[in-house]
Amino acid sequence: MLGWLIRRVLQAALLVLATTVIVFIGLHFVGNPIDILVSPQADSVERLRLTKALGLDLPLWRQYLRFLDGVAAGDFGISFVYGQPALRLILERMPATFELAGAAMVIAVGFGIPLGLYAGLRPESPASRLVMGASLFGFSLPAFWVGLMLIFCFAVRLGWLPSSGRGATVSILGVRWSFLTLDGLRHLILPALNLALFEISLVIRLTRAGVREVLPQTFVLFAHAKGLSDTRVIFVHVLKNILIPVITVVGMEFGSLIAFAVVTESVFAWPGMGKLIIDSINLLDRPVIVAYLACMVVIFILINLIVDILYMVLDPRVRK
Amino acid sequence: MSAKPSKANDKTFRRPGPMLTLVRSFCRSWSARACLAVMSVIVLAAVFAPWIAPQNPYDLAQISMLDAMLPPGSRSMSGMIYWLGTDGQGRDLLSAIIYGLGISLEVGVLTAIFAGIVGITLGLLAAYRGGWVDAAIMRLVDLQFSFPAILVALMLLAFMGKGIGNVVVALVVVEWATYARTARAAALVERSKEYIEAAICLAIPVHRIVYRHLLPNCLPSLIVIATIQIGRAIALEATLSFLGIGVPVTEPSLGLLISNGSNYMLAGKLWVSFWPGVALLVTVVTINLIGDRLRDVLNPRSL
Repeated sequence: MLGWLIRRVLQAALLVLATTVIVFIGLHFVGNPIDILVSPQADSVERLRLTKALGLDLPLWRQYLRFLDGVAAGDFGISFVYGQPALRLILERMPATFELAGAAMVIAVGFGIPLGLYAGLRPESPASRLVMGASLFGFSLPAFWVGLMLIFCFAVRLGWLPSSGRGATVSILGVRWSFLTLDGLRHLILPALNLALFEISLVIRLTRAGVREVLPQTFVLFAHAKGLSDTRVIFVHVLKNILIPVITVVGMEFGSLIAFAVVTESVFAWPGMGKLIIDSINLLDRPVIVAYLACMVVIFILINLIVDILYMVLDPRVRK
Repeated sequence: MSAKPSKANDKTFRRPGPMLTLVRSFCRSWSARACLAVMSVIVLAAVFAPWIAPQNPYDLAQISMLDAMLPPGSRSMSGMIYWLGTDGQGRDLLSAIIYGLGISLEVGVLTAIFAGIVGITLGLLAAYRGGWVDAAIMRLVDLQFSFPAILVALMLLAFMGKGIGNVVVALVVVEWATYARTARAAALVERSKEYIEAAICLAIPVHRIVYRHLLPNCLPSLIVIATIQIGRAIALEATLSFLGIGVPVTEPSLGLLISNGSNYMLAGKLWVSFWPGVALLVTVVTINLIGDRLRDVLNPRSL
């Protein structure tokens, strides 16, 4: 177990290293690194000075080591637009994105598992067919367009919910959270629902497939034969067995949610790191782009690692 | 008996070709025929946009600022009816959608072609060569799958900038791995069959075995994947363009039209982003349904 863990962590570290090489190559070969690292407003004297200061006249391998050095120290340069360290900008906005993705995940599991359970237990009923048809739409609907339609219905026409921003926040341990105030919660509902749309469909399909697979198995038959009530069989014996694959996939999907939050945050003007990155791309604020990319890579590798470990803990068969 | 019929036999009872069989079994279902009809209308409209669209929305002589933001069904100064209304520049929205469909489909199809070429070649190579070539290619595929498509495309476009060509490049980078994985899986099954062994014994050159014998037999599952991937590429392109990092303003796809309309939505003017969205939705859903139907007909699982 420990050997596996060490190997897995080493693998993750190697992946991070590989990604820094790719980012470095991307910076240096896609465009002129001076254009990428130096603000376009700089004049030629300033450019020359910065070329020297950034070490762009050094051989490539020495430049890579310098770049690695900066990355290890968390130094991705200063944002052209905000005049602050790029990494700090990203980290400041990270809680907002995590809050949104977390809320979406709760919605996806909260709606997806009961609906999927129902569709799996009564596959022929009209309601199940409706749920499955709706989940097909959840896969095909362009999320950003659905977001706009949600805003139109609930914010513009009905005026029930606000269309943008985070609302009032409560500060806990220096991090601001929206879901602890009523106003913040009202701001959170629409974006979280929008982000969850795809995941709800996914969880419904996974749960349904799991139920269909588990129901005919002998331990379910045995549980019934023991004289257990239907509720107990379904909620203890069946649900327990379908939860492992569902939780694995949902855990893996958390990374996708954070990536896809870029779209939702743009639609609802949610001040997370996704909105920051789109603004930065449009303003050519490249240090922020590189810092965002680095953060995402680390987040993804961490999520993969955590899911792998959870999987080991949850399913004894994998441990061998 | 199951061997290839000789030339003489071929002439006496000509069996229908694989394409014809495919089309026939595809059209057996009522909903499949409907999907095919809808798709034909979409493709024809997009291809013949300059002749079908009521106006050329990018010809400044044909649009007038006086007609800006008219609701659907309004009549223009010159008597033309704007069936879906106009946008902020006074363009006929129906025409803009028809032109936009063309750009969206172009991106989808170009992506499928290039990602297909790259992915299938690497997938077949991995399956045929095995060993370290296989291991290296599949590692790359795994790496690709561990990051979500939107993130990879976003980052590539952040460095490359806007443009149809750049969007296609980014989508190819995102999608090649799916083709590679599918091609490899199908080719591994085919490779162990006797006709490949026979071809090797006949000392047929490797590239010929791969492209003339292996590839045609892997096609069924690849066709299904390609169809679904076109839908995915169109949806992803729309998302990227909506975010303002996809196609340039001069060549607006459906995503960009929706993005333009979103500015007017808070003022209660829904139609400018509603109708392009409907067009996008119908296109993607139809392509997905056709892909599902193809999967049923070709049944790649039972290969």
